[in-house]
Amino acid sequence: MIGLQHYLVVSAILFVMGVLGIFINRKNIIIILMAIELILLSVNLNLVAFSAYLGDLVGQIFSMFVLTVAAGEAAIGLAILVIYFRSRGTIAVDDANRMKG
Amino acid sequence: MIQVFAFYLFATLMIAAGALTIFARNPVHSVLWLIVAFFNAAGLMVLVGAEFIAMLLVIVYVGAVAVLFLFVVMMLNIDFAELRAGFVSYLPFGVLIALGLLAEILLGLGVWKAGPLQLSQRAAPTPADVPNIKAIGQVLYTDYIFLFEAAGIILLVAMIGAIVLTHRARSGVRAQNIDKQNRRRPQDAVVNVNQPVGQGVEL
Repeated sequence: MIGLQHYLVVSAILFVMGVLGIFINRKNIIIILMAIELILLSVNLNLVAFSAYLGDLVGQIFSMFVLTVAAGEAAIGLAILVIYFRSRGTIAVDDANRMKG
Repeated sequence: MIQVFAFYLFATLMIAAGALTIFARNPVHSVLWLIVAFFNAAGLMVLVGAEFIAMLLVIVYVGAVAVLFLFVVMMLNIDFAELRAGFVSYLPFGVLIALGLLAEILLGLGVWKAGPLQLSQRAAPTPADVPNIKAIGQVLYTDYIFLFEAAGIILLVAMIGAIVLTHRARSGVRAQNIDKQNRRRPQDAVVNVNQPVGQGVEL
């Protein structure tokens, strides 16, 4: 029988895979954004699994808000990527120092 | 039995697609594997009875976010081979961080299984005989209406921000000047002349 632990393990593996994606694709910001989407997806899966197994709907409501923020973040991130590419001609972000941060 | 089979099918496909997303050489393939991962996550959510979130995931992620990624990947002319330099040298560090995080999550899971946490306090208990989407609507539009509006405002701000960021004011194009058009009056623009025959028109 499938229990809550199964869902938690699956979403933990997906979360870790997203973090790994950020670390091994440090130059390619498109893949980094996709890895962030994977992380948020695993968080959503966690929320929905807890919501279903505990019988509380708030997890699914909150999962919708996570979805909203993920969509906005993807749009803004890709817009920044486009203007960065326009001014630099590359998307290698490991030497991005325009803001001297 | 069929539930177990479906769960393992969706979970395996989702994790495999996630791995291929971050390891694929071509970013277009990465986006396509991301779509596969989202679909299988939606399947996992359907299995626990959260149909609305699952459909939302398919519509929002596959329909909007993944297509946005595809647009950007295909629009920018990028040398991806150069971006993959250093992949191997980053790998050990990344695997180390990932294993550390996995160990932490598994520790938390073990503690959750072992000890009694006060998880029995429901903020909005799932109604027994109401469909999932109706139950969500009954909670979302009553108790969480302000958060719902705030989510709308976040999306509006994200939309305006993306437009402002990527908009370019180009010189050398003839754009419509609405203010100038509205200020124009007939008495300034139209002249009645008694034109004599045989002479040219003075403009």
